[in-house]
Amino acid sequence: MRRSRLLLFGYLLVCLLVSLFAEDYISTRLAYYYDILITIGINVILAVSLNLVNGYTGQFSLGHAGFMAVGAYASASWSNHLDPIFLTALGGPANPLATNVALLISMMFGAALAAIAGLAVGIPSLRLRGDYLAIMTLGFGEIIRTAILNTDFLGAARGLSVSGIYTNLFWTFGVAGVATYVVLALVNSTYGRGFLTVRDDEVAAEAMGINPTRYKVQAFVVGAFFAGIAGALYGHFKAFITPEGFNFFRSVDIVVMVILGGMGSTAGVIMAAILLTILPELLRALAHTQVVPPAYQGLLENRLILYSLILIILMLTRPQGLFGGLTAMRSKTSRAKEQ
Amino acid sequence: MTDNQSGIRPSGLRIRPHYHNRKRNGCPAGLFRAVSHERILFIAILALSGVTTLRAEIKIGAVSCLTGALSTFGVSSIQGARLAIEEINQTGGVLNEPVNLIVEDNASTAGETATIARKFIAQDQVLAILGDLTSSSTMEAAPLAQAAKIPLLTPSATNVAITQVGSYIFRSCFIDQFTGRVMAKFALSHLHAKEAVILTDVKQDYSVGLSDAIQDYFTSNGGRILKEISFSSGDTDFRAQLSATKALHPDVIFLPAYYTESGLILRQARQLALNTTFVGGEGWDSPALVQIAGKSAEGDYYANHFSASDPSPRVQRFVKIYEAKYHATPDALAALWYDGAGLLADAVRRAGAKDSGKIRDALAATRGFEGVTGKISIDENRNAAKPAVILTIENNQPRMVEQIAP
Amino acid sequence: MEQVTLFVQQLLNGLSLGSIYALIALGYTMVYGVLRFINFAHGDIYMLGAFFGFFAAPYVAKLFPFAQYDSFTPQNFLGIISGAGLVMLISMTICAVIGVLIEKIAYRPLRNRPRLNVLITAIGVSLFLQNITQYFCGAQPRAFPQLIPVQAIEGLGDLTVLTTQAAIILSTIVLLILLRFIVMKTKLGMAMRALSLNPEACSLMGVNIDTVISFTFVLGSALAAAAGVLVSLDSPSITPLMGNLPGIKAFVAAVLGGIGNISGAALGGLIIGELETLVVGYLRPELRDAIAFAVLIVILLFKPTGLLGRVEREKV
Repeated sequence: MRRSRLLLFGYLLVCLLVSLFAEDYISTRLAYYYDILITIGINVILAVSLNLVNGYTGQFSLGHAGFMAVGAYASASWSNHLDPIFLTALGGPANPLATNVALLISMMFGAALAAIAGLAVGIPSLRLRGDYLAIMTLGFGEIIRTAILNTDFLGAARGLSVSGIYTNLFWTFGVAGVATYVVLALVNSTYGRGFLTVRDDEVAAEAMGINPTRYKVQAFVVGAFFAGIAGALYGHFKAFITPEGFNFFRSVDIVVMVILGGMGSTAGVIMAAILLTILPELLRALAHTQVVPPAYQGLLENRLILYSLILIILMLTRPQGLFGGLTAMRSKTSRAKEQ
Repeated sequence: MTDNQSGIRPSGLRIRPHYHNRKRNGCPAGLFRAVSHERILFIAILALSGVTTLRAEIKIGAVSCLTGALSTFGVSSIQGARLAIEEINQTGGVLNEPVNLIVEDNASTAGETATIARKFIAQDQVLAILGDLTSSSTMEAAPLAQAAKIPLLTPSATNVAITQVGSYIFRSCFIDQFTGRVMAKFALSHLHAKEAVILTDVKQDYSVGLSDAIQDYFTSNGGRILKEISFSSGDTDFRAQLSATKALHPDVIFLPAYYTESGLILRQARQLALNTTFVGGEGWDSPALVQIAGKSAEGDYYANHFSASDPSPRVQRFVKIYEAKYHATPDALAALWYDGAGLLADAVRRAGAKDSGKIRDALAATRGFEGVTGKISIDENRNAAKPAVILTIENNQPRMVEQIAP
Repeated sequence: MEQVTLFVQQLLNGLSLGSIYALIALGYTMVYGVLRFINFAHGDIYMLGAFFGFFAAPYVAKLFPFAQYDSFTPQNFLGIISGAGLVMLISMTICAVIGVLIEKIAYRPLRNRPRLNVLITAIGVSLFLQNITQYFCGAQPRAFPQLIPVQAIEGLGDLTVLTTQAAIILSTIVLLILLRFIVMKTKLGMAMRALSLNPEACSLMGVNIDTVISFTFVLGSALAAAAGVLVSLDSPSITPLMGNLPGIKAFVAAVLGGIGNISGAALGGLIIGELETLVVGYLRPELRDAIAFAVLIVILLFKPTGLLGRVEREKV
């Protein structure tokens, strides 16, 4: 474990250095690629956190965007109302230390609330399996979104402006690294084997003395926590959030990343997140080069058609995702063959 | 299963997850291959798109929702904008250079417009941004444009908060406050209404904003709002709300919503024998309203930016060339974006230089720009002061009743 | 007295809404009974039913010119009903074929794989159908042509029952009777029931599982298509995304009634329809969609097998 911890600290240091020295240049001169980079980081956090729930624990959650929404709105409200106090105390909005600390506090608040939401969703979902759980999480995602839509304090349908663009490369990629580390460390520990056991055979797990309830709830809470951070980073980057931005299709986006990467393979999921973030921008550039006749362009640009085809083809031909999952998604028959 | 290429070690990047005692099913090698191919493609596209043309041209970035749920609106808007730019280029362009309208699609997805705005600013290095269609998308782009000191003009987003972002953000349509005032004023003066019910779509910021504006003006000018009843876009059954409305016996019913729900509401209202006059906003503007509502829409009114039946020669000329090119009657969005693009080009001309600061000043100084949606002047809040039209549905066609000046 | 009339009126409105949910829920429940999986794409078959009805209507109108009639008369009654019925029949047939195709292409290869794979595929199919329709037909709502004249039925006093609502309720009853006949009295129906009880024994008895499953999809998709056409009589605005919410609500209805149980699906649909109408009428209209989810949570917490469902013992 020590080597991986060293790796993590080294990685965080690199992020810090890059952010300190190159951030200004990248965010102004290369603003477009900066946008893509930050989005990649946020998507990695979302995908890795969902992978814990869907991939490692086998709980098919379709409401991850709901937790992201909670994190985004909670941290946005916090920033909008309390940042003036913090910032003046720490030296004003121009002071980078001030904004970073403000972001950290705001992020933690958003993540905490999202974790509570994860708890609220996890507990009723205990009894459910497969399809029912999926619908239940979908329902919760929609309930969260509808609740925000009907809350005037949070801007309702008009949306909410966030007071400052504080997100930077350090926080985004730093948290991505931390999330990856946490998920991997958790799952590869002796305790964490419980997650995989719950996924593989809940009844057998219970028979062996593993409490599936506890693992499921933990998976939801940890997943929701990081989704909340991702939401906070998203909110402080786009500077404007609406309930529509956290709808079912956003959840599907993240689910596709997890499935494409291979449920239960963190590296695969990270690659899939990067791929699927860059893909729309590549398509955009492709559209401008006029290679594809305009009649078919719409088809290509329609992200959801592409994603749905990816899902179907993947499930039919390579259910373990692009980058393979080790024990993920194998059928009972193939598992029997391996014996 | 996948082959386990244990003999091949990827050089360079080693992303090895720490799986103790587990077989790796060809993971690292596959990873390397994917990264390598993808990297090359990425760099190629980067190179392609990174080539900034040093041609002499006026670059304007336009962003709208060309695909996704709002695609019909988006396509209209860009068609209008493109028509305007084509006309301008045919007569020699602006400052003797052609105008290059770079169009991007936000796929009706939240978060996209911010990315596109950054692309416009840093990559394409446009002189100004035309967009976005909806208020929430524009709110994503506005802070970025303001920070980069690139003027942004939205021809159709009506939320008042947009222009409050900063001095570089402009709007060439009137805001919800004005539309609400027009609707309320019309009901008070033309329909002699004293008591009203408002049906608000709580899921749409447009409807909520407009509803507030109507209430403000109506109540402070002698009217009384009996009740504000809510519904949600996506609903198809409004009988509960309409039964409640009927029981209140209002003189007029305000319906500041989009045409899908409005059409259904009008239809179901008449089915319930609720014959009060309805007054709507520009969200009604679509042939689908009459298709859905049928005869139920007869005699109702709505405020709009534009009417294709306006007899003025400027409007009729626009309708003719739009129909010739796109084989469809222009709707308000096409007209608004036609004017918006024209206004931007005109501002560049008045600025006299390819300088964003000067263009901003020229925009702020706009007085009496002749557009197909009326004479546009930009006020001190960077919103447009221009007239609205009231339309009524007669024989399944909208017909202009009157024009209401700001 | 007016309160009572209003209440009865709401109940009637809920009845027509509930009929739609019941028709869709039947498809969910039949497929679950036979395959033990939730066909996520079912709501989109309902949407396709509405769209095929929309496209078929102008052609049928050439044979039965229903559009020109403003009201029912004894002369045109049969003509109008035949026209509307034909549109529904065409839509049902096409959707039945589509349902079978989806099963063959997307679900059959995954029959022996873990449940999760098929669920994901179903989500993919659902998204694909929605977006491909949006691509070809545009995202804006289309106006479904008026198949039958809309009038309030006479002789009911203060109550307003429209011809369209009556059509929905009557058609649903007819379809339910037909379904019951098929399931109870025909060989294929018997095979369906047997399959839902014990798949292995079925194949041992020489039942062609593939045929029976395809037949189940035929029935389910046809009913969903019928629901799509019927709902468009009343709410003539159709969009490619219209299947989302009714699909989920119908699924909740199927769970409420006991998934796998046909009478349960009908009952569940009715209850959800009534509940929704009453909540919107007497409480807050914003809660309309939340009701279905609330019911789902409650039923899954307290009686997961549903009102009429059997308890399935999980064998280890």
